[in-house]
Amino acid sequence: MNRKLLIPLAVFGVVFAFLLVGLGLNPREVPSPLIGKPAPQFQLKRLHDPAQAFGTADMKGKVWLLNVWASWCVACREEHPLLVELARAKIVPIVGLDYKDDPAAGIQWLRQHGDPYDLSVVDRDGAVGIDYGVYGVPETFLIDKAGVIRYKHIGPVTAQALEKKIIPLVRELQKS
Amino acid sequence: MTAPLRRLAAGALCALALAAAPLAHAADAVPTAKDPVAQARAVRLSEQLRCLVCQNQTIAESNADLAVDLRRQVNEQIAAGRSDDEIVKYMTDRYGDFVLYKPPFKATTLLLWGGPALLLLVGLALLVRLVRDRRRAPAPAPLSAEDRARAEALLAGTTKDPS
Repeated sequence: MNRKLLIPLAVFGVVFAFLLVGLGLNPREVPSPLIGKPAPQFQLKRLHDPAQAFGTADMKGKVWLLNVWASWCVACREEHPLLVELARAKIVPIVGLDYKDDPAAGIQWLRQHGDPYDLSVVDRDGAVGIDYGVYGVPETFLIDKAGVIRYKHIGPVTAQALEKKIIPLVRELQKS
Repeated sequence: MTAPLRRLAAGALCALALAAAPLAHAADAVPTAKDPVAQARAVRLSEQLRCLVCQNQTIAESNADLAVDLRRQVNEQIAAGRSDDEIVKYMTDRYGDFVLYKPPFKATTLLLWGGPALLLLVGLALLVRLVRDRRRAPAPAPLSAEDRARAEALLAGTTKDPS
């Protein structure tokens, strides 16, 4: 067989492989540069008790989830039942970051959909969101005992992501 | 108002709205700072940064909430006296290299930057080979008298192809 005929086939194969891999990628998922880095510090007012503040330093020595949500966020409704369930199982403390939201609307939303959070804080102007590189709500960060971000989930948390990734990683980090 | 007049007025209004739209947009992209040099810097920086919500727009073009916030950040940091590099680093520290419209040159982007040049080189090499092979190929043998006569007859259209 003529060897030259194999060249177009090889080129096609390479292009095909690239396109096939590309099909499986989600362009919305931008890898975060924050993974493996210390979680940005913040000190914010609590949603239910604005007289009190909560800071990242308060969680030192604990593995915890930081879930970015908002009452205006439609996709948050999708993941919310899963978070409520996770909170009920008491596997890991969840802190809510009410992102660019009206606190009254946030409180009302939690009353309506259930409150899985150990506590929520209010990021009224989104400054903390920018520090965490938030670009699509909901987002969920897994932070270890030393305060290092270990995992970031962009978009609604799925049952699969919880079972396959987040919970196993939480357990592993809690042991260390 | 009669129907045609009304239509004319509606058309004029639409045209006015369309003409005003880019103006409104431009005004929004311009920073609030009064210093024209700082303004120009802010616009130039904003045009280099990608809005992560609507990924094919810069934060200067986009009206997404996040883009508005990031433009404000750029303005505030310019006002605070940060350099362009510092502001770009602030963005990439949070959002990664993806926030840059022009990706940086490093190991992971080698194929991205080098790919076109590599393809060009491969193409050139192929072209050179092709031309050389053509030149080396023997010239076609001259026509025999019989073939020439047949060809001429065909061109003139006087006889049918005898074969």
